[in-house]
Amino acid sequence: MDSKEALEQEALSVSSSPHLRTHVKTPRLMFDVVIALLPATATAFYFFGMQVGAILASAILGALVTEGLLNRLRGKSCTLWDGSALVTGLLIALILPLKVPLWLPFVGSFFAIAVGKALFGGLGMNLFNPALVGRAFLTASFPIYLTVYSWPERAGAWMGESFDAVSTATPLELLRFEGVQTPYFEMFIGRIGGSIGEVSALALLIGAAYLFVRGVIDWRIPLSYIGTVMILAFVLGQDPLFHLLAGGLILGAFFMASDYVTSPITRKGRLIFGLGCGLLTIMIRSFGGFPEGVAYSILLMNAAVPLIERYTIPRPFGAEVKRSA
Amino acid sequence: MPSKTFRGGVDTPHFKEMSASSPISELPAPEKVTIPLTQHIGAPCEVKVEKGDQVDLGQIIADTDAFVSAPIHASVSGTVEAVTTTRLADGRIVPAVVIASDGEDRWHESVAPKGELRNLDADAIRSIMREAGLVGMGGAAFPTHVKYTPPPGVDLHTIIINGCECEPFLTCDHRVMLEFADEIVFGLEAMMKVAGAKRGLIGIEENKPDAIEALRQAVGDRPYDVIPLKVKYPEGAEKQLISALTGQEVPSGGLPLDLGIVVNNVATAVALANAIKTGQPLIDRVVTVSGDRVGRPGNLRVRIGTSMEDVFDACGGLTEAPERIVIGGPMMGQAVFDISIPITKGCSGVLALSAEIAPVVEEKPCIRCGRCVEVCPSFLMPLYIADYPHEASLEYYPLDCIECGSCSYICPADQRLLERIRLAKVEAEARQRSDDA
Repeated sequence: MDSKEALEQEALSVSSSPHLRTHVKTPRLMFDVVIALLPATATAFYFFGMQVGAILASAILGALVTEGLLNRLRGKSCTLWDGSALVTGLLIALILPLKVPLWLPFVGSFFAIAVGKALFGGLGMNLFNPALVGRAFLTASFPIYLTVYSWPERAGAWMGESFDAVSTATPLELLRFEGVQTPYFEMFIGRIGGSIGEVSALALLIGAAYLFVRGVIDWRIPLSYIGTVMILAFVLGQDPLFHLLAGGLILGAFFMASDYVTSPITRKGRLIFGLGCGLLTIMIRSFGGFPEGVAYSILLMNAAVPLIERYTIPRPFGAEVKRSA
Repeated sequence: MPSKTFRGGVDTPHFKEMSASSPISELPAPEKVTIPLTQHIGAPCEVKVEKGDQVDLGQIIADTDAFVSAPIHASVSGTVEAVTTTRLADGRIVPAVVIASDGEDRWHESVAPKGELRNLDADAIRSIMREAGLVGMGGAAFPTHVKYTPPPGVDLHTIIINGCECEPFLTCDHRVMLEFADEIVFGLEAMMKVAGAKRGLIGIEENKPDAIEALRQAVGDRPYDVIPLKVKYPEGAEKQLISALTGQEVPSGGLPLDLGIVVNNVATAVALANAIKTGQPLIDRVVTVSGDRVGRPGNLRVRIGTSMEDVFDACGGLTEAPERIVIGGPMMGQAVFDISIPITKGCSGVLALSAEIAPVVEEKPCIRCGRCVEVCPSFLMPLYIADYPHEASLEYYPLDCIECGSCSYICPADQRLLERIRLAKVEAEARQRSDDA
């Protein structure tokens, strides 16, 4: 039909350019993170049994219910489909030990979403990683549940333990308090004590590779974080590989420190942020009161993000390069 | 070796196959043209004709003594029907001359070959540029002769011909390179002569290997380099192209001539070649007519002042009501609400797009993913400039933004970043002026 006729059917839309938009939207990025966490979730089931399902359900339900309720209270449209609450719930579950009462993940997720996110203004406005806020809250409020780690059901026989999930320590605790070195291979595949989703380096690295392939995360934060920890461990005369595989470094570096909202957006800032996380982690692990320091390191560095960004504003194209005196 | 490019930018879908293989076809003079008297950056022209005047093809109908300007010519022969106003793609309403064509395409007596290039000196070529009404045909429409009149002390050593055509959908430059490669090289030769330049570069994105080949053949053993560039938007943005080809950054707030470089579009080079060889001023241009709502996408040679409506109807009309009609490319072009808007010298495409391709989006919360920072070819922090009207937004160098739209394109939260950055730029410009005053 001629063009005039066609235009009589419907009004044209007008807006400022550009008129094309990428198809990669927020929900796709969030669901990619969920997909990347699936290998770790699967190994949690494999090593710790079906109880993992109950923890997951409690944490995810807590996150979604809280998000939905707060949307309603604040008169906002439904944000459940952006996937961010799902990510928070899933992460909360994965950083808990097996033997927690089932109300606890729910409470942790509630706190993460309500205080860690909604009180700051919702998605994109929070200063601290919500999942870590939830975890810190639980650690402070219910320390007993949070410090008793379970031995995976399929722990294997390297320490002569039974195949039942018995209370035990994480490799970091074993080394620190008992001087026992956990074998690398066990740590790599995840037959160790620890939070249900942090034990298997292999599963987490598969997920991390997926995030890189899909272009979801930038390499700068995780690599500078892990690199700093390993180099400092070496300098301090400790075992860098052990620091990498034991505890929550891999989960923290790839899935929490690199959280968009709570990390710097400048290239240089990301390197500094990772460096700071690494420095704090090794300090806490080596000199602090806790055997593990990933969660608190990231939270502390979250607080430094506005400052880091202020000092790493990029030089605009064609602006004179600042020379230091 | 990885192909040359700039830092930043986005990979957009290309949509070029819709029109890339259709040769340039001629749209005959329409019954009526509406020629705006402001078609370029710079001073508007004053009308030189009156209602009822007979005009010939190529006759000057508007001109000015202002330096940064270019005259405007009749694009048909016929009768001046009205001296009135028209709307431009950017929404401005400007003076315009409406000419009813007599269908004869009778050339004006001033249109005559300018002689052999070797007999023309720099001043002569510069005045041919001005008389022919040449402006940059890549979109910005900056008067060409002004680019070749550098302030004293500036040595123009390099001429770059821009054949990137990085905007999706557009194929007019591609077709021009295939069909008028010799004219492009002739135009480049003339530009080198005006500038007294030593180096001539032709930059073309790698997705047009046939154009690269055509230009290499046309160049032959002359000392010009045809350089393939990585396919990435906005490879053809002037400063990014210079960075890709030479590794140099045009100073912030400066112009390519600060580096001794002039960049011209391939179509401008052809227009200059025509102006010298035949004396024809800029009365038409090649326009890509494309989009998923156009009957027969293609590349059309169109008289300046032809309405978008006539252009669409020459390409099979529209298949369905489009969501958007865009003049220019989909990244930097303007969405219009009125298809009586005429084609101007800087107009490289008219697109009719569906909502699937050019959706109306709803802004969602920024998740600080940093993609806008990663892709910004000016190395800015678009999300913070887009905080405008917060005062701090003006500290993030809004005036260095080239408005390529990469930030808005890549934003997973559909933030209208560039839209708000444009507002910040207006404010920043106003403050700069009051500081200068």
